[in-house]
Amino acid sequence: MIRTFSYVDVMYLVAAARWTLALTSTAFVGSALLGFLFAIARISPIAPLRWLVAALVYIVQGTPLLVWLFMIFFGLPLVGVSVNPWLAAAVAFSVYGSAFLGEIWRGALVSIAKTQWEAGASLGLSTFQQLRYVIVPQSIRIAIPPTVGFLVQLIKNTSLAATIGLVELTREGQLTAAGTYKPFAVYITVASIYFVLCFPLTQWSRSLERKFDGAR
Amino acid sequence: MKYGLQFRDVFAAWESLLDGVLITLLLSACAMLGGLAIGIACAAGRVYGPGWLKRLVAAYVEVIRNTPLLVQLFLIFFGLPSFGIRLDGFTAAVLALVINLGAYTTEIVRAGLEAVPRAQVEAGHSLGLSGLQVFRYIVMFPALKAMFPALASQFVLLMLATSIVSQISVEDLFHAASIVQSRTFRDFEVYVVIGGLYLGLAFVFRGLFAALYYWTFARR
Amino acid sequence: MALVEVQRISKSYGALQVLTDVSLDVAKGEVVALIGRSGSGKSTLLRCINGLEPIQAGAIRIDGVQVNDPTTNLRKLRQEVGIVFQSFNLFPHLSVSDNITLAPRVVKNQPPEAARELAREVLRRVGLEDKLDAFPAQLSGGQQQRVAIARSLAMRPKVMLFDEVTSALDPELTGEVLKVLESVAREGMTMILVTHEMGFARRFGSRAVFMHEGRIHEEGRAAAMLAEPKTLELQTFLNAVLH
Repeated sequence: MIRTFSYVDVMYLVAAARWTLALTSTAFVGSALLGFLFAIARISPIAPLRWLVAALVYIVQGTPLLVWLFMIFFGLPLVGVSVNPWLAAAVAFSVYGSAFLGEIWRGALVSIAKTQWEAGASLGLSTFQQLRYVIVPQSIRIAIPPTVGFLVQLIKNTSLAATIGLVELTREGQLTAAGTYKPFAVYITVASIYFVLCFPLTQWSRSLERKFDGAR
Repeated sequence: MKYGLQFRDVFAAWESLLDGVLITLLLSACAMLGGLAIGIACAAGRVYGPGWLKRLVAAYVEVIRNTPLLVQLFLIFFGLPSFGIRLDGFTAAVLALVINLGAYTTEIVRAGLEAVPRAQVEAGHSLGLSGLQVFRYIVMFPALKAMFPALASQFVLLMLATSIVSQISVEDLFHAASIVQSRTFRDFEVYVVIGGLYLGLAFVFRGLFAALYYWTFARR
Repeated sequence: MALVEVQRISKSYGALQVLTDVSLDVAKGEVVALIGRSGSGKSTLLRCINGLEPIQAGAIRIDGVQVNDPTTNLRKLRQEVGIVFQSFNLFPHLSVSDNITLAPRVVKNQPPEAARELAREVLRRVGLEDKLDAFPAQLSGGQQQRVAIARSLAMRPKVMLFDEVTSALDPELTGEVLKVLESVAREGMTMILVTHEMGFARRFGSRAVFMHEGRIHEEGRAAAMLAEPKTLELQTFLNAVLH
């Protein structure tokens, strides 16, 4: 039976956006944990470790997110984990995101002048303490705007989870479009919801960037 | 039970994979040319145009950059027929990619134009050069140089992003995966191979862009 | 008739008044030193003379042609008024030779060989003939500024404006630029300089103009005026820069 696209459908779409946000949050935490390790590894004095992570980043940044999503979706059963779109999406987005977030944070860390490390060392701080008390606090300021920008990318990228059947905003849109035969109205609504989620973050990122640029 | 990875069947389907690679390359080339043209035009409007044009371009850029490419693609392919505009998959895919890339390119080109210091423009004017001459001889080259790396990485990202056109049944490289998958039942291996092919394409693209940069800007 | 006539001009940025009722005549061959504290309006005056900044009242004429007139071909006028900036503003992507020949080639349509010959000639005048094919990044600050002066000379201007051309340089490099300025002055070029080099102003300035809070506060023959300032403001200023 064909229904019309109504207020109720809009509410369903808005409600589905919470799964988009849930996936975004999960993936952000995963990307942040893994990405921080990558960033540290990339500035570590152990050369093989730097090369390994650099190669990993190169590979991830040279393959489509969609491939990671499907590879992990079909690969999990091979290591004995049953097929589960949520787990596959969370892992894929975390791996993919960590390569980008790791590079953003590495950039922020290396943008702090070498003399700051030396100043820390001359006070008798250990390497970890230099990082913890001198370098990281200064680089956070630089890292925040692009990190917020990354978050926007992440929100948009979660739409790809629809392709492995995870019912988030875009998948809910596909289902509604199929049920109502009003694809244009449905996808405009879906796009608008994404816009409402992303636009404030984009503006925030931009204003932070301006503020930090001005302060420098 | 241990699962043995087996790639032979996947490689046996190399013809399907090659067809997919060609479609992906064609899509990427169309999108890059179209996206660059739109980007340059919009950036010029954004930097040098009248107020209403600046606002129009800004709105275009914001709308595209704050919504997913997949939804933009669905809107064009599934949504436009509501208005009697029925596009085949490839055309819809190119249109969506061009519109999407155009917005990102606009921002990159704009940043490139603005990277040329005002003092340079002033120095040109004070030598008696016209606005067009200042652009041609003083702004263009440094601006191109400044925007090139960002443009190149955006193009590589776009090439990878073309994979989503498989979702409207365009037979690109990613779509080839599902064909080979249904023939060989080697689900995981197929995507490893496809990933490797994309990685190879990205490698080639980066190499070409680096060479182009070297020949145009660095070799002096 | 004076070569440069500035008649009762005023300029403001929004509510901020930067020039108030400024008048200045510069005859052919004169070397005028504009001095004063930063923010006194001297650089703005220079930029107005070249039409880089619009003015709200008054008139500026160069060789009888009004600068602040919409019907004036500003591009044509600027070919006769050279300006050298504090920060050199060489074009980093062009060689020294291309920096100098760009305007002669594309504005005056000189053939490339003639333009290159011209570049060689003006570089000789600033003592950098051997740097014809160097790039700006390969030169010291002093050399870059000398190239900027050569670039301006290549247009054979009737008057040259210098906006604190030694302020961005290390002290040991200012000497070579001042020497070039001296030789340009000796050749009879009409020059207006914004400068903090009081020694130079005294020796080569035919006239000094002291600006204070957007007005001309005191002017006169350079040597006499700098030796015996009449107003308290000029005295204070000279004390501050000389000690």
